[in-house]
Amino acid sequence: MTEPTKTPARPPAGRAGAKKELPEHFKAYKHVWVFVEQERGQVHAVSWELMGAGRKLADKLGVELAAIVLGPSGAATSGLAAEAFCYGADLAYLVADDVLADYRNESYTKALTDLVNTYKPEILLLGATTLGRDLAGAVATTLLTGLTADCTALDVDADGSLAATRPTFGGSLLCTIYTLNYRPQMATVRPRVMPMPERVERLVGRIIEHPLGIVENDIVTKVLGFMPDRDSAKSSLAYADVVVAGGLGLGSPENFQLVRQLAGVLGAEYGCSRPLVQKGWAAPDRQIGQTGKTIRPKLYIAAGISGAIQHRVGVEGADLIVAINTDRNAPIFDFAHLGIVADAIPLLPALTEAFRRRLSPHTRDRIAS
Amino acid sequence: MHIIACIKQVPDSAQIRVHPVTNTIMRQGVPTIINPYDLYALEEALRLRDTFGGEVTVLTMGPPSAEDSLRKALTFGADRAILLTDRFFAGADTLATTYALATAIRKIATTYGAPDIVFTGKQTIDGDTAQVGPGIAKRLGLLQLSYVARIVSLGPTTRGIEVERRAEGGMQILRGRLPCLVTMLEATNEIRRGSLADALRAARSTIVKWNAQEVGVEDMSKCGLRGSPTIVKRVFAPTARTEKAALIEPGGREPAEALIEEIFKRQPKLESDLVTLARGF
Repeated sequence: MTEPTKTPARPPAGRAGAKKELPEHFKAYKHVWVFVEQERGQVHAVSWELMGAGRKLADKLGVELAAIVLGPSGAATSGLAAEAFCYGADLAYLVADDVLADYRNESYTKALTDLVNTYKPEILLLGATTLGRDLAGAVATTLLTGLTADCTALDVDADGSLAATRPTFGGSLLCTIYTLNYRPQMATVRPRVMPMPERVERLVGRIIEHPLGIVENDIVTKVLGFMPDRDSAKSSLAYADVVVAGGLGLGSPENFQLVRQLAGVLGAEYGCSRPLVQKGWAAPDRQIGQTGKTIRPKLYIAAGISGAIQHRVGVEGADLIVAINTDRNAPIFDFAHLGIVADAIPLLPALTEAFRRRLSPHTRDRIAS
Repeated sequence: MHIIACIKQVPDSAQIRVHPVTNTIMRQGVPTIINPYDLYALEEALRLRDTFGGEVTVLTMGPPSAEDSLRKALTFGADRAILLTDRFFAGADTLATTYALATAIRKIATTYGAPDIVFTGKQTIDGDTAQVGPGIAKRLGLLQLSYVARIVSLGPTTRGIEVERRAEGGMQILRGRLPCLVTMLEATNEIRRGSLADALRAARSTIVKWNAQEVGVEDMSKCGLRGSPTIVKRVFAPTARTEKAALIEPGGREPAEALIEEIFKRQPKLESDLVTLARGF
């Protein structure tokens, strides 16, 4: 992304204002593409979230939405193309080759840059996962085009340019970034930032197959193995229905236990704000916010979190945000739905106990009878 | 072994304040630090040098004041520090940044010897893009190994390298070849304190400074703002939700009970969902 260094409130002088016409050779670039991320047969949900966002952009531009599917040859990979139609794609570009069985930067960069150079999309979206970021950075540099990372909003302006909005300055402000004179306009979006579109059974859709053009011997990197994470819950924070998180207001690392206990009673995932990771109170994969996980739970309880913008952008998609903070003026009360001005340290155990009573089968049976 | 560690001097984000009226960053008095993610890259570079011998060159691009971060890197034990500084580099996005850094690495290669490994952090705390590492790799034709959690083995003579790389849901074990670019994952090592000898040497060292011409930039239009395909059109604070949080006044009730009542009043379906979830645990 561009990092405005001097006067961020104004656009850079002589650049943003003076809009040059798109160079002739880029005018052939049309249509919106979404990269469908799969690894070891598992498609990442961010791919369908992006398909929903891409559909809106394509409709606004009056162009087609294409799914980009790369993977080993076989039904599993071509099945992903068919699945993409159910999430809104009009067509799919498919590169199916056993060289693409495991993600490797070399082979995937080759496949994706070849597709772009052959079929020329105007917009290319990828998930901001470890795979997506590894691939997007390499592809954008190879194509010498602009790439905006970790967007929180995507739109098309009046003249058809992609307006990509993302937090900047460590998440203290938002900025809108354009790639005016280069194509494709590339952007990555974190999982859970965009809502999951409804899946509609559709059989229509064209599949265009494209050859990879390299063989295994052309690739330096070899995959020797894969060690799945032991704690499978770690990756489920982003997709949890209920999340409880703590911030500096907890006062000490020991009190973070109170957050975990409430989460335990609710069958919820637990998380934290950025300062807790920086202080070493919680593991980095528990961080919620722009530089951590984005969440969209039905219920989010934030205890002792002040609510900096970088945290806010990670939780705004929650159905119900409940804030507990001693400071009546904390920014979190500006975007929480429900709040209580209270000290989280006594309130969290009280909530744990009250929820436990309320949700226990015994209590419920008694109420029912 | 010749190892290059790329670092960036960034404002200490914990201390950034935004002017409430103008929405500009209030930089006055904000201390700068080495991007924390880069310290993992630097430490890994130093460890490899300690094991296999050779030199660590630290490289940064930034204003003249970025010399502070380079000197800090020398106190940790880096052998040489290079500052790429020129007003032509200002306002660069990631593509223009990788052009300048790749040009500098080519110059380092001809001046001090070709690097076996180039290290970067996984991202910076001010930009958060994670694009500069991959961009340098592509521009120099280096093998790209990102989000590396551990270097399992390295053969300076066989030119082989084996790493554990963070992937979604697990660690990928990859074998590659030198020269390569590694972006180092956080919390994978701990930056050393640095010896007294290093501190004394750092204070006396001369930081090598190159401007665009000295580093060998051939096309100024690829540098800085001019060389950046992305344009920041607008910087703004997010609009506040029109409605602030409804604050619970417990009155005579237990605060916890009052809060739970209100939660279920607003999301009636949530209670049955929670019972299902809670029973699953």
